[in-house]
Amino acid sequence: MTPIISVQGLTKTYGNGFEALKGVDLDIKEGEILALLGPNGAGKTTLISIICGIVNPSGGKVLVDGHDVVKDFRRTRALIGLVPQELTTDQFETVWNTVSFSRGVYGYKPDPALIERVLKELSLWSKKDNMIRELSGGMKRRVLIAKALSHEPRVLFLDEPTAGVDVNLRREMWQVVEKLRESGVTIILTTHYIEEAEEIADRVGVINGGELLLLEDKKTLMKKLGRKQLRLELAEPMTSLPESLAGYNLALSEDGSALLHEYHGDEAQGTVPSLLNRLAQENIHFKDLSTRQSTLEDIFVALVGEKA
Amino acid sequence: MNFEAVKSIYTFEMARMRRTLLQSVISPVITTSLYFIVFGTAIGSRIQTVEGVSYGAFITPGLIMLTLLTQCIGNGSIGIYFPKFTGTIYEILSAPVAMTEILLGYVGAAASKGLIIGLIILATASFFVDIRIAHPFMMVVFLVLTAVTFSLFGFIIGVWARNFEQLNVVPMLIVPPLTFLGGSFYSINMLPPFWQTVSHFNPVLYLVSGFRWSFYEIADVNPGISLAMIGFFLLLCLSVLGWMFKTGYRLRS
Ligand SMILES: Nc1ncnc2c1ncn2[C@@H]1O[C@H](COP(=O)(O)OP(=O)(O)OP(=O)(O)O)[C@@H](O)[C@H]1O
Ligand SMILES: [Mg+2]
Repeated sequence: MTPIISVQGLTKTYGNGFEALKGVDLDIKEGEILALLGPNGAGKTTLISIICGIVNPSGGKVLVDGHDVVKDFRRTRALIGLVPQELTTDQFETVWNTVSFSRGVYGYKPDPALIERVLKELSLWSKKDNMIRELSGGMKRRVLIAKALSHEPRVLFLDEPTAGVDVNLRREMWQVVEKLRESGVTIILTTHYIEEAEEIADRVGVINGGELLLLEDKKTLMKKLGRKQLRLELAEPMTSLPESLAGYNLALSEDGSALLHEYHGDEAQGTVPSLLNRLAQENIHFKDLSTRQSTLEDIFVALVGEKA
Repeated sequence: MNFEAVKSIYTFEMARMRRTLLQSVISPVITTSLYFIVFGTAIGSRIQTVEGVSYGAFITPGLIMLTLLTQCIGNGSIGIYFPKFTGTIYEILSAPVAMTEILLGYVGAAASKGLIIGLIILATASFFVDIRIAHPFMMVVFLVLTAVTFSLFGFIIGVWARNFEQLNVVPMLIVPPLTFLGGSFYSINMLPPFWQTVSHFNPVLYLVSGFRWSFYEIADVNPGISLAMIGFFLLLCLSVLGWMFKTGYRLRS
């Protein structure tokens, strides 16, 4: 299947000489949810902006549904909806007007029934005659989503859709995303949170310093990178690991006050229960225990380290 | 051609004007009335006629031009500057519209506003003085060409400006002196020869002179030259915009 979006050797150098993208290659499959992870300044927004036509590329090219985003911008942009990272809205417009305006700018005749459906889906119907400045931040973000959906795009970009959004709203947002995916819309979202990618994406890309470091099926990635660590605070510090515990992937903390056990969260037959049993048998007591999942940061450190 | 988009931008901008009706329409009317009262009565009592036209009637075309220029530059620049400033421009830049369509929407709206206000001032003026229009068709040509040209000029400023000071510097600091010195309130024949020569370097002189000619058939420069000057400035603006759109200057970084 030809990819819906194909990014080929894309580079971007901003006017001040800053190299924000250093040759990105990326194919996005139709109908998938792709999460782009990356720290601040990684180049996520720059990448999206070029695909959507907001920023001119410096080199390389982008095809959307086989058309070049620069030469054939009318065709490519008509297929794309964009929800920007910043809450940028016309404060003095009503919800209804601003969403209708979006549809018009995309070249479509007014369709009040469609706008009504979109607003209802995003729980904005009761606010349709309110000015945007009267809405809360989460509502404003939903207005931006409604604008992006007003022309029924086949590809939707969500640039950090959950920044500053409460838990309930996040749930609601994921429901909307899920519904869109069911209707066949391809969704690309950026985030700083790996849990978010884990929850919703089919594939995950990691960007850092203007380079795509990794692009992988979520399941594969989680297996590879989703390491967990169990930390047991010992009742009595140790100087060295007992022989009897060899065979468990164990380490002693520097001061000898805790045992550290690394394992994979998705292992069917986890090693943790057997380790705890063993400790009981050996009469090794602990005061407390905690587990910690590898964070995005760990993954970055790992990835960047690997590259160097 | 994405007509829906042009229409959307145009109606959106015109709606913004309706919301700010007070500043947009009322204030130029009040300002113009003040000009008539101050200039018409204070100076008009000393200068009864200029080249056979009563002083109040003589200054009317210049007053319309002054407002038209300020309004068109102001509206043309704020129309594109504001979305740039708030960030909402992302939507227009990511929509399937060519820059020419964006231009048509914004500049069309700015020129329309300017024209409406120009006509309102003309109507206001007719309460104070007797207005005679010798060449109505040419009057409309001058009016429309000037409105379009200076709305384009405003658009350029709006794209270029990085802050509100830069945005205001042209309509606030450059247009009024040029208009005042461009023969809006006097015929340059009343000036010493040296200042007459200097005046010919003022582009606004050509606008005011040509426009006034369409009313009273009196002109400081040949109306054909006036028309050519406006045409030249129009082409200049269009070329600058062509370059801006090709390079993505300050819009698509
Ligand atoms: N208009 C610009 N001019 C100059 N540099 C820019 C411009 N826009 C972005 N940059 C730089 O390009 C780099 C990438 O920015 P970008 O906004 O793409 O990052 P991001 O991955 O979206 O970050 P965040 O997670 O903070 O949103 C940053 O270092 C930023 O400073
Ligand atoms: Mg970003």
